[in-house]
Amino acid sequence: MNNNLQKQLLKRSKAAKLERLGKTVSFLALMLITLTVFAIIIFVASKGLSTFFTNHVNLMDFLTGKNWNPSVTNSKGQPEVGALPMISGSFVVTILSALLATPFAIGTAIFMNEISPHRGAKLLQPVIELLVGIPSVVYGFIGLTVVVPAVRSVFGGSGFGILAGTFVLFVMILPTVTSMSVDALRSVPRYYREAALALGATQWQTIYKVVLRAATPGMLTAIVFGMARAFGEALAVQMVIGNAALMPTSLVSPASTLTSVLTTGIGNTVMGSLQNNALWSLALVLLVMSLIFNLVIRMIGRKGAMSK
Amino acid sequence: MQKKRWIECLLLVGLIILGGWAYQTRQVNKANMTITAVGSTALQPLVEAAGEDYSNHHLGTFINVQGGGSGTGLSQVQEGAVDIGNADVFAEEQKGIVASRLQDHRVAVVGITPIVNRSAGINQLTTAQLIAVFTGKVRNWSQVGGKDQKIVILNRAQGSGTRTTFERFGLKGQRSIAAQEQDSSGMVRQIVATTPGAISYVGFSYVNKTIQAVSLNGIQPTNQNVADNQWSIWSYEHMYTGHNPQPLAKKFIQYVQSNAIQNTLVRRLGYISMADMKVTRDGQGKVHQVEANHE
Repeated sequence: MNNNLQKQLLKRSKAAKLERLGKTVSFLALMLITLTVFAIIIFVASKGLSTFFTNHVNLMDFLTGKNWNPSVTNSKGQPEVGALPMISGSFVVTILSALLATPFAIGTAIFMNEISPHRGAKLLQPVIELLVGIPSVVYGFIGLTVVVPAVRSVFGGSGFGILAGTFVLFVMILPTVTSMSVDALRSVPRYYREAALALGATQWQTIYKVVLRAATPGMLTAIVFGMARAFGEALAVQMVIGNAALMPTSLVSPASTLTSVLTTGIGNTVMGSLQNNALWSLALVLLVMSLIFNLVIRMIGRKGAMSK
Repeated sequence: MQKKRWIECLLLVGLIILGGWAYQTRQVNKANMTITAVGSTALQPLVEAAGEDYSNHHLGTFINVQGGGSGTGLSQVQEGAVDIGNADVFAEEQKGIVASRLQDHRVAVVGITPIVNRSAGINQLTTAQLIAVFTGKVRNWSQVGGKDQKIVILNRAQGSGTRTTFERFGLKGQRSIAAQEQDSSGMVRQIVATTPGAISYVGFSYVNKTIQAVSLNGIQPTNQNVADNQWSIWSYEHMYTGHNPQPLAKKFIQYVQSNAIQNTLVRRLGYISMADMKVTRDGQGKVHQVEANHE
């Protein structure tokens, strides 16, 4: 009898077993994801770096060269793999679309959170969620059939170019920036507003001088998130930007981004050839940039936390 | 608790069924009843249609056809990852491919024509004018007999088979200046149709009323003119295999080359049948007359 009880107490209970199983499963899931991420980084890096180590392309030539023609060698006997047109194209569309989207996103967020938290939010929330759900190929197709001709008739040129890309990306990143800005505003404590109003500030003064100031780190995070999305967007941009590996000279002349050159080129090259490796180098630049965006987001988050 | 057991049982049964199915398909694969063909999107419609036909006539076989581009097709077949690599270019022309390791099977010919937006007022050019347009020496259509409209050049992506062929035979080896690039013929046609002053090039099968095909040096882009090489911008559609292809891959390619397919599907889909060609051309671009052989 006593022995039996001892056995029962020393044996692992069912709950303990289940706990162990749960922990193992979640740990395995974590391991799998970590492994995947590292495998991708290592793969892209090894492919992308082989342009410089195997094909002996000068890194500075790659980053500052203006001619992209991987199958052609220039006068110095080096292949023409200048990625500056694509790098600058990517940055220009990203920054322009963020500049364009930010005022609209912040305005919408203020309206949803401060001015009309009940009716406004009820109306706008589904609209924003809907915008997130539209696949990028649809944005691209609308861009091709509506935005490009509109840009052509208003601003001239062929319509394909950075301006059309900016407009399409603007709509695409707007919901991301808006919903994150809403979260940032929501996390401003209620007593900030109460204190401001009690001091005799109007609602606009409260929003402008108190709420927006307090929410700045969150807002910045939202904008950087939007920029990261714009930087990595491929399909929609590719359809409207024109994909010409030329330095962007005007907003309505055809240009290209890192992603658009990647998607158009990858099927026409052979694994292991310089043409293919050069595309992987572009992918590596993209990956590094998204890591930088992530770091910036973390930095902003930390700074914001400190000032509170 | 009871309910949980029930779900677990269901999951287990599901797993067993999945496992069994995987085992079954593994068996089929081992019996060489499935082959994969990857590559050129220009050839894809023909291989897909022929593959469906073949599977209908030979029950239990399956021809898996994927796009990806000529470069992908050639590199995948060279690595042995797929059975057939579809390409619009000779393996010799593709960088990074060892042509001697592959076996060439030509299944059709496709003609390529320059196309312009209808509003440019152009329906013919000389080769010299075409080269001047694509190398940027001429920037307005009025300089080559059209309306006063800026020329907008559209290219296919670098390394695309259509572009390689066009630059080699249409521009006599000159390269186009850097311009807009699109990665499919359908997209090119759509953009040329809607952009004033646009010029590009597509396979004959993509020509329709929305765009204007251009005749060169007074020669119309027709199948007859391709057959005797009067129209020189054309390319073979190749299906590459390794030197020891699977029996099914061999049989399938023979089927595509047979009269049954060449006289029906090939023509219906806008390609030119191998049997209609009065000339042959090798990887170096040398043209030979075909000896008249009565079959």
